[in-house]
Formats: sequence, C-alpha cells, structure tokens
Amino acid sequence: MELNLSSEDAAFRDEVRAFIAENYPAEMRVPNPETDLTKEQSLLWHRILYNKGWIAPLWPKKYGGPGWSITQRFIFEQETSRAGTLPPLAFSVTMVGPVIYTFGNEAQKRRFLPRILSGDDWWCQGYSEPGSGSDLATVRTKAVRDGDHYIVNGHKTWTTLAQHADWIFCLVRTDPNAKPQSGISFLLIDMKSPGVTVRPIITIDGSHEVNDVFLENVRVPVENLVGEENKGWTYAKFLLGNERTSMAGIGRSTRYIGKLKQIVKAEIPAHDPAHLEFLRDIARIELDVLALEATELRVVAQMARGIDPGPAASLFKIRGTEIFQSITELTHRAIGNYGLAIREHPISTNHFMPGPEYAHTASEKYLNARKLSIYGGSNEIQRNIIAKAVLGL
Amino acid sequence: MDIQFTEEQDMLRSSVQRLLRDQYDFDTRRKIVASEQGFSRKHWEAFAELGLLAAPFSEEVGGLGGGPLSTMIIMHEFGRHLVIEPFVETVVLAGGLIEQIGTPEQKQAFIPGIIDGTKTWALAWTEKESRFDLGNVTTTARREGNDYILSGAKTMVIAAPWADDLIVSARTSGDDRDRGGVSLFVVDRRAAGVDLQSFKTIDGRRAAEISLREARGQLLGLEGEGVAALEACRDRAIGALCAEGVGAMGELNSATLEYSKTRKQFGTTIGSFQVLQHRMVDMFIAHQEALSLLQHLNLSLAAGDVGLPRLASGAKSKIGYAGKFVAEQAVQLHGGMGMTDELNVGHYFKRISSINIQFGDPAFHVLRYAQLDAAA
Repeated sequence: MELNLSSEDAAFRDEVRAFIAENYPAEMRVPNPETDLTKEQSLLWHRILYNKGWIAPLWPKKYGGPGWSITQRFIFEQETSRAGTLPPLAFSVTMVGPVIYTFGNEAQKRRFLPRILSGDDWWCQGYSEPGSGSDLATVRTKAVRDGDHYIVNGHKTWTTLAQHADWIFCLVRTDPNAKPQSGISFLLIDMKSPGVTVRPIITIDGSHEVNDVFLENVRVPVENLVGEENKGWTYAKFLLGNERTSMAGIGRSTRYIGKLKQIVKAEIPAHDPAHLEFLRDIARIELDVLALEATELRVVAQMARGIDPGPAASLFKIRGTEIFQSITELTHRAIGNYGLAIREHPISTNHFMPGPEYAHTASEKYLNARKLSIYGGSNEIQRNIIAKAVLGL
Repeated sequence: MDIQFTEEQDMLRSSVQRLLRDQYDFDTRRKIVASEQGFSRKHWEAFAELGLLAAPFSEEVGGLGGGPLSTMIIMHEFGRHLVIEPFVETVVLAGGLIEQIGTPEQKQAFIPGIIDGTKTWALAWTEKESRFDLGNVTTTARREGNDYILSGAKTMVIAAPWADDLIVSARTSGDDRDRGGVSLFVVDRRAAGVDLQSFKTIDGRRAAEISLREARGQLLGLEGEGVAALEACRDRAIGALCAEGVGAMGELNSATLEYSKTRKQFGTTIGSFQVLQHRMVDMFIAHQEALSLLQHLNLSLAAGDVGLPRLASGAKSKIGYAGKFVAEQAVQLHGGMGMTDELNVGHYFKRISSINIQFGDPAFHVLRYAQLDAAA
C-alpha cells in the first residue's frame, strides 16, 4: 500500500530507495543481523547514514536532523524497513538523543549529540530492574548526592546490548521520600566508570542480547543529570512514547511474509492438503498487515494535518508484535522437521546446521519473538493504556 | 473417565517420582545437556535398574508387561523433569517396533540390551522431502545374501549421535511414495558406510543427518510392511509424547500460578489482575482437557481399539495446541524472566515446541483426524 504521494515526495522515495540499493553494506546481509554482526559491522550502515545526513530523521535540523516532513520521515522508515536494513541503534538515536536535545542543557547537547549522530558513542537503556518491569515508577536504584557527584547503587536488567555500550541512561531514585513517580531522576552514566559491571543474560534462543547491569558505588558527576532532579519520570515517559512509534513493523512483516511464501513453496508440494492451509493462514496474516498498514497511514495523514493521534502507539505495538509473532510461528511450522534444529551461539561456521539455508534462523526467530509481547511495555499494559486513555474505562 | 490406577501403577509412578526428585533436578539436567556426550549414562542405568526400560514390554520378551499405561506414567514424570535421555527413541520407538514385527531371533537379540540399559537406539524415518509422511521414502535397500545394502540420506534423526543401533526405513520396491514398498532395517550406527553429522536440537537434545552409502542392514520383520509398522509405532509414540507434554504443561501451570502470587507490580501481586486470572483459568482448562484426552488415548492404546489411529491424531493435535497455548502464556506471564535460559520455563516451552514437531505438528494431525473420519 502506498500513500498518495506528491511528486516531490515520490521523488524523495525514489532517492531513498536508490541510496539504499547502492550503499547498504553487503557484509551486513547475514542470516540474522540482530545477533550475527559484530559491533563494528552493525555500525557500518549507521556511519553511511551519518555521512549522508540521514541518521536522525526525528531530530530538528539545528541538532543534525535532515529537516524532513512527517510524510518524508514515514517514507524513509517505510523504505529502510522494506529493504531489510538494520535500523540505527534506537537507544542512541531515537531515545536518549531526543531527551538530551529536549531537556538537556547546552553543555550536554554539545558533548553528547554529535557523538550519538556519528556513532562514536553507543548507548544502552537503564530502565527495568528486577522488581520494576511494567511498573517502572518503582525503580530502586539510588543516587545520593555527594558534593559534585552522585553515588549510584542498584541493579538494572534486560539491558539490551549493554556489552557494547559506552554510556547508559538510567532512571535513578534521588528522593526516597517522595511519591514513586516524583522522586526519579534521569542520569547519564559512563559505562567505563568504576563500579559498573555487565553480566550477560542468555535468552531461550541461545543469544546474548540482554544483560544485567550492576552499579556499585558508581561516582557520577552532577553535570550528567538531565533536566531537573526528581523530574526524570517526565523525561522517561517522553522517551517511551518514542520507543513505541515504530512498532507496527509493517516493512519487516511484509519482508518476512515474502520469505515465508517462498519457504512454503519449496517445502510443501501443492498436492499436500497442508499447502492450502498454509496459503489460507498466510493470507489471514497479510490481511492483518494490510489493516494495520492502513491504520498507520491514516494516523500519519492525521499527524501531517496536526492532529494528535493519542495512544495510537499502543495499538501499533499490540498488533505489530502479534502479527510478527504469528509470522515467525508459521515460518517455524513451515520448515517441518527442520524446526527441531537451532543454531548454536555464538554463531560460527564450525557448527553444523542441517536443512536448507532459509530454515536456519526459523527456530531462533520464533523463540526470540516471544519477547515482543513482553518488552517495551507488555501487551497487557498497552491494552490497559487504550482502555483508560481511549475508552475512558 | 479418570483412570483408577492399579497398585502396581501407583508404585511405578511413585518410584519414578522419587528417582527424579532425588537425582534429576533442573541443575543436574542443565549439566547433562551441557556435557560432552549430552545425555547421562549414569541416569540411564538408574532407569534400567528401576525397571523403567522393561516396563512396557510384554513378559514373553522379558518385560514387565505394563504396556502403554506404564509408558504414560513414566513419560508424564519425565515431562515434569524434562528428562533428556532417549527413552522414547529406545524403548517406545525401537523397542516397540522390534516387539511388534521382529522375528523371535531379533527379539531375543535386541530387547535384552534395551531392558538392561546397555544399548540405546534411534529411529531414522524422516527424509528431506518426507515432511510428516511415513511412506515418502527414497532411501533404497537391495538384498545381498542374508543382508541388505542401504543407500540414501535420513534427516533430523533425534538421539542418533547417542545410539548404538538404528532402525532405518528404506525402499525395497515401488516409487518414492509407494507405501507398500517400504521396509525397516536394523543398522549398526558404527557400521561402514554410515556417516553422521551431529547437531543440537531446540530442546537440548542431539540429532543427526545420516548418510548411508552401501551400508549393511538387517531386515526387521517382513519386506513391505514398514509403513504399516511405522504407523502403529507413531500411535504409541504419540501416547508417550503427549504424556510428556502434559507433564510439562502441569509444571508450567504450577510455576506460573506460583509466580503470579509472588511477583508484585503496581503495589499488588500480578495474580490479582483479572486479565491474568482469566488467562490462567484458560491454561488450567487446557491442561485438564489435555490430561483427560491423554488418558483416553492410552486406555485405547492398551485395549488396541479399532479407532486408534484417528484418536491418536486427534490427541496429538488437541494436546499439541493446548501445550503451545500453555507454554506461550507461561513465558508471557513470567515476563522477561520467561525469556531467560536460566529459568526452567523456557526449557519446558522448547520441549513442548519440539514435541509438536515430532511425528507431525498439530495442524497435520487435525487434518489427518478429519480425513480418517471421511474415509470411514
């Protein structure tokens, strides 16, 4: 489905498409980019976009954004995801960057924003804690003022790609006596600081994406506080809004459906009654994608007219993740007996993997996709948000 | 329809429970899975000592005569503890086939080694193109004197790297999908011409791609009865795998319920949220239905009922969907913890996912259930 594009926007779309085709690094085309690339490899495309001036579509021009309209941003998002490019690290570009240019001071902007854009700093997110998942306002990591430093103690968890990170943005409790939401501050912590320890968490697909981050008497300069002390909750909510906008994942789902169709064609002969069943199941998912895409286009059109879409992000998150889970499940089913095998991590050519190449990542994708309905605010929480904010219940 | 277990069956269950409780906790299992070999000889011997490897066999071949109900009891407990050792492959699949169609000499030659725990087996029926069709076989076998010479490739053979012996399906006549032209053979896993490429499975087992180049095998039973034998074997395997799945579901439900009573968010236990209460009620119902169908199936297996193939497919489908629902929701309700390798929940999830693939997934079996009805 396409937006009704003006000729300028159509030209822009063609330009983006051509740029991707000419510049996307071949070495990033691996079976599973999310787990198979080194830190340096995963930054290749980031640096190419940076040099082009396209790394931060969301950012205002004066901080290094390209100055695109809402429609252009949407086109860019659509084209990059349809082409299967690895998105630049969201924690840096989509999350902490906008918090810093919106709420940070001039010194912080000068210090951090250029290095986020260039990819020189890799950021991770210190939000969740063992006792604070969906209920983020209960974070217990403490920051106690000591002269011109905070002394930070606590335990962050599910920290994605902390093993690569130079910096972590953390929600910390600075006023233990205030109500949960009002005693939180937003602190930027150098991962090289003494007292920061990263421990890998291996997930059910065998991969290492997430980590525990332990903070023991970490000394953080007061100048690394973003905005005002005890106002961190406001900034955190602002950031979470950004996290959920791209969750419809239309481009990704469309790509995976394309692959799924090829797999079904190769694996299940047309005379097998299962063939028709797969066609029907795939068609149902395609209709789900079509309906969600139409919803996304409608919201984009509204936003372009200046209408606040409200908690549409929650709708996108729920349906986008459910759709992608169905696709990975169906793909895992389509490969039949090969679904019993799974690649060993870390990925190495020393490990033998049976079956056709298109089947090699199906098991790990199915398992890994279980996280989608849990993270970024579980789908149960998203439904609560819609119930409250839209339906007024 | 709740089964009234006999005293012997109760004893069997409590002795398996005791053994696993004492010797097979989750940490022990983790170490076994991570070990070089990938399964535990020591535990296998303990199973033999307790008589588990003899339980389902008839007394004529040296077994305890417990039949499918003893298999159900053992596999249910194995499912609760995620036992990795090849009980299904050795006792239910290979042992069952040998007892069903083997000559008296073959029974005498092979079954004692299974019962005393000295030999483990694997069943190689799947091929690249076969998907879940037992009769789609391209591997060939030609007679040479008293033996047969096998050539071809078998794929995704679970427990093959552990096995001393294999049962291999191969074509003795007809074209690729001719059901009457398939026979079964006993092949020494270390024989000349047998090559294995091993890998790990999603649920922590070991499996292999097997290439057969002029490998020598011994005909099991009669020529041409391979598919019929495999079909009956699959019904028994379904009885065992469903028991394992139901055992795993029960553990997932207890773990999830327990977690929901202790995990606090928004100032209260998450189990107090109605949406999660209803979810857990549905998980409970799914488990209850699966358990009932499991018992119904195994009673039919024990009685050798006429409608068995259809019931087996029905159970594999219904219990498979139930297991998938319970497993996915158990992960969901455990939140991030459910995604970790550290917690047992994800491992139950993966075992249930594997069970759902073995011998045909729930979608395959619901279709077979419908087709067998239409054919009747």
